[in-house]
Amino acid sequence: MTAPLFFALLFWLAAWGVNVKLANAPGRDSLGVRIVVPLLFGAALIVLWEGLVRHFEVLPVILPAPSVVWETFLASTEILWVDFQQTVLKGALRGYAIGCAVAVLCAIAIDRSAFLTRGLLPVGNFVAALPIIGIAPILVSWFGFDWQSKAAVVVVMVFFPVLVNTVQGLREADAMQRDLMRTYAASYRQTLWKLRLPAAMPFVFNGLKIATTLALIGAIVAEYFGSPTRGMGFRISISVGSLSIDLVWAEIAVAALAGTVFYGLVAFIEKRVTFWHPTNRK
Amino acid sequence: MRKALPVLVVLAAILGIWWLAVAPMNIRIALDGAERSGAAVVPEGARERQEVSVWALMARNPDLVPLSYAQERPRLPTPGQVATEFWDTTGAMALDGRAMSRRSLLFHAWITLQSTFWGFLLGTSLGIAGAIGIVYSRTLNLSLMPWAIISQTIPIVALAPMIIVLASQLGIEERGVPKAIISAYLCFFPVLVGMVSGLRSPAAAQLDLLRTYSATPSQGFWKLRLPASVPYLFASLKVGIAAALVGTIVGELPTGAIRGLGARILIGDQFGTPLAIWAALFMAAILAGVLVTFLDLAQRVTLRRMGLAEAAR
Repeated sequence: MTAPLFFALLFWLAAWGVNVKLANAPGRDSLGVRIVVPLLFGAALIVLWEGLVRHFEVLPVILPAPSVVWETFLASTEILWVDFQQTVLKGALRGYAIGCAVAVLCAIAIDRSAFLTRGLLPVGNFVAALPIIGIAPILVSWFGFDWQSKAAVVVVMVFFPVLVNTVQGLREADAMQRDLMRTYAASYRQTLWKLRLPAAMPFVFNGLKIATTLALIGAIVAEYFGSPTRGMGFRISISVGSLSIDLVWAEIAVAALAGTVFYGLVAFIEKRVTFWHPTNRK
Repeated sequence: MRKALPVLVVLAAILGIWWLAVAPMNIRIALDGAERSGAAVVPEGARERQEVSVWALMARNPDLVPLSYAQERPRLPTPGQVATEFWDTTGAMALDGRAMSRRSLLFHAWITLQSTFWGFLLGTSLGIAGAIGIVYSRTLNLSLMPWAIISQTIPIVALAPMIIVLASQLGIEERGVPKAIISAYLCFFPVLVGMVSGLRSPAAAQLDLLRTYSATPSQGFWKLRLPASVPYLFASLKVGIAAALVGTIVGELPTGAIRGLGARILIGDQFGTPLAIWAALFMAAILAGVLVTFLDLAQRVTLRRMGLAEAAR
C-alpha cells in the first residue's frame, strides 16, 4: 500500500470515527455539529479521491486529482470569471427575472377566470414534466448565438413551474379571509395586494426555488448548441473535446457554487418575505 | 367532461396562438423565396426588407402571407406541418413495416426509452438504499443529508459531456451506458430526498406502538415505515422519471451520438431541418407523458389496494 492511499484511508476512517462520535454525542443537535459533520464528510471524500487518484496513477484525462483541479481553478480565474458573467449573469439571471415576472403576471391574469385556471393547471403541470431543454437548438437559431438565446431558453424553462405554483398559491387564501376583505368593502386590487398575494408567497417561492436550478441548466445546456467563444457550457464542451478535464471540473465547481448561492439567495429572501409562515416562526 | 373542457379550450388556444405566430415568424424567408422565383415583393431586396418590421411586410404583401405557411424549412412550422412530419416518421413507417428503421422516430424513442429505463432503475434503487441508510444511521443522516439537499441546487447536467467522454476513455463501447449513468444521477437525488421524508412520515405514536409490541427494527421497517413511505415514493418516482428522461436526452446531445431522440434534435439542428427537430420534440413530450401517466396509474392502483386511497387524491 502506497503512502497516499494509506493516508487517505486513514483520514477517511478517522473522519468517519469522529462523525460517529459527534453524531451520537449529547450535543448532536447543536448547530456546530450540524455544520462540522457534513464538512468533515465532504473533506474525507475529497481526500479519498486524491489518494485513490495518486495510488492508481489515474490519467488526468480520465479523473484529475482535486489538487490539480484546484491549481487549474486558481490559474484560470480570468476565464472562469468571463464564463460566469456570460452564462450566469447574462443568460441565466436575465432569463430567470423575465421568465418569473411574466409567469407571476400571467398567473394573476389567469386567476380571474376559474375556467382558465382549471384548464391551465393540468396543462402547466404536464409541461413542467417535459424535457423542455430540447427546444434549445430552435431558440438558438431564432435569437442568435449570444446570451439572448440562452435567456430565452431559461424563460421557457422557468415559466411553467412558477406559473403553476403561483396559480395554486393564489387559491390559498380561504373563504373566511376573503369574506373578511369583502366586509371591509375591499376592491379586487386591495384583496389581491393585501391578502391573496402575501398568502400565495410560500407557493410562489417554492416555484422560484425550483426555477433557480432550471435556469442554470437551461443556460448551460443551450450553449452546447452554439455560443460566442465564452460561457460555461461552451467551455465545458470545448474542454471535453481537448481532454482538459481539470478545467471541466473547475467549471463544474463554479456551476455548483453558483447554483447553491443562487438558491440560497432566493431562500434567504423567502425567509424575509414569509416571516409569518409557521415554518419560519421561532 | 367538466374537467376536460377547460383543458381542451386551453390547448386549442395554444394551437391558435402558435398558428397565428407562424406568419410573422416566416414572412421574411417566405418573401425571399418568392422574390427568387420572380414574384413582385415590396420592398425589393432582402437587405432593404431587414429595415422593415415583419408587420409592415405582412401588410404590404398580403398576397404572399400564405407562403409563410408552406415553407420547406420554416423558422416556425405550422402545427399541421409538424403533425404531418410526425406521422410520416412514425405511423406511416410502421404501416410500411419499417417501424424500427433508422429513419423512424419510433426506433429513436425506443433507444431513448431503454437508457431512461435503466438509468431510472439504477437511480431509484440507489436513492431508496441511500434513504434507508440515512433514516437508520444518525451519522449518515448528518453527513449525507445536507449534501443531498445542496446537490439538488446544482446543474448536474453540466457533467453530461464529461461522463460520455469518460466512458469512451474507459473503453465502454455501448453508448447506452453513459446515458443511463447520467439519468441515474439526475433521478437519484429527488428519490433520495422524497424517500427520506416518506420513511420518516410515521408519527411518534405509531413508532411507540410498535415498540410496545416489542417489534424488531426489521418488523418496524417492513410493517410501518416502508408502507407509510409509498405515497412519497410515487411522488418522487414521477419527478425522477421526468429527470431521467431529461438526463438521457441531454446525454444524447453532445456530438457523436447518432441514435436517440436527443441525437435527432442535434442532427436536425446541424442539417437545418427544423421539422425533424419539432417531430423529435413531440416524440419526447409524448414519451414523458406516457411514462408519467403510467406511474400515475400505478400509484392510484397501489394506493387503493393499500387502503390509502385518500393519499392518492
